[in-house]
Amino acid sequence: MNDLLIAGGIGVAFGCALECAGLGDPPKLAGQFYLRDFTVLKVMLSAMLTATLGVFWGARLGMLDLGALYVPETYLLPQGVGGLVFGVGFVLSGLCPGTSCVALASGRIEGAATILGLFAGVLTVGLAFPAIEPFYRSTPHGPLTLQSLTGLPYGVVVAIVTVVGVSTLAWIAKREAGR
Amino acid sequence: MRACRSYADAHATGVCLGLVLLACFALTGQGLGASGAFASVASGAVAAVSPNTAVHSAWFRSYLQDGSPWTAWLVVEIAGVLVGAAASAAIAGRMRRPLVHTTRPARGRLFAAVGGGMLMGVGAALARGCTSGLALSGGALLSVGAWIFMMALFTAGFLAAPLLRRLWP
Repeated sequence: MNDLLIAGGIGVAFGCALECAGLGDPPKLAGQFYLRDFTVLKVMLSAMLTATLGVFWGARLGMLDLGALYVPETYLLPQGVGGLVFGVGFVLSGLCPGTSCVALASGRIEGAATILGLFAGVLTVGLAFPAIEPFYRSTPHGPLTLQSLTGLPYGVVVAIVTVVGVSTLAWIAKREAGR
Repeated sequence: MRACRSYADAHATGVCLGLVLLACFALTGQGLGASGAFASVASGAVAAVSPNTAVHSAWFRSYLQDGSPWTAWLVVEIAGVLVGAAASAAIAGRMRRPLVHTTRPARGRLFAAVGGGMLMGVGAALARGCTSGLALSGGALLSVGAWIFMMALFTAGFLAAPLLRRLWP
């Protein structure tokens, strides 16, 4: 029960943040792929940098147990191919699974249309799974992280990601100021 | 009709979103998600309509083994997202009336949205996550698969965009 209260609370905050950023707005999301609107990249990079640095310093200061965090497992091919298919869908819809719910909740029927498609998509995979399963389970690498892949210390990888992320945000800001 | 208010600053909301993700990590040990909720509900529906079909797919079974799929953690989280987004839009005066003619999207865009949703459903199922669960949450934990997914997603998006320009004038 307590778990589900946390789930609901986190969800409310998540939905609120996405709506405030304008990520329930399909032309705005699609605009990212035409370099007209950089909201998607700005929100994603700021959020990811905040969480990356928060997890790193939280663990360093003993406030967070890194071992208790679930790191998504890497399956190179299905995740690469899945990303490619997902990317085309993203431009078609102007929404992703989470933001389709935001769009629907803020009164846009594109959200409902995308949700309908999402259900059709996951149902297809579920029904065709016996045929897809060998590919789905191919190229497994376990909970591989950038630091275990490169052999660099955790702090160094976090520093590199931070520099690259902040530089990208600075480049976007400069580009927007130049208009 | 009242003009729609502008959105909040992207960097500030991004940081807020990062803090929500951080709270989620600290409280539950895992990140945010979205596509998993669709998978749970779809698996629950299949199990209700045709239990035999559900049993024969290891993918549906994986969403049915930990209690009821209707009250899975991600399903409740997504219900929260609907409430939070609706409240935020209503308070900020950004709520659209979906059936008002002037704000209704063209029919072509609705078909494209269904098709896009299907592709994203397939892509997220193959990748074991979407922009929230894999790219953002996994990316923050520096998961290699999350970064591969993100790179592939943006590469395909930028390559497909010129072909779909008519959709987004």
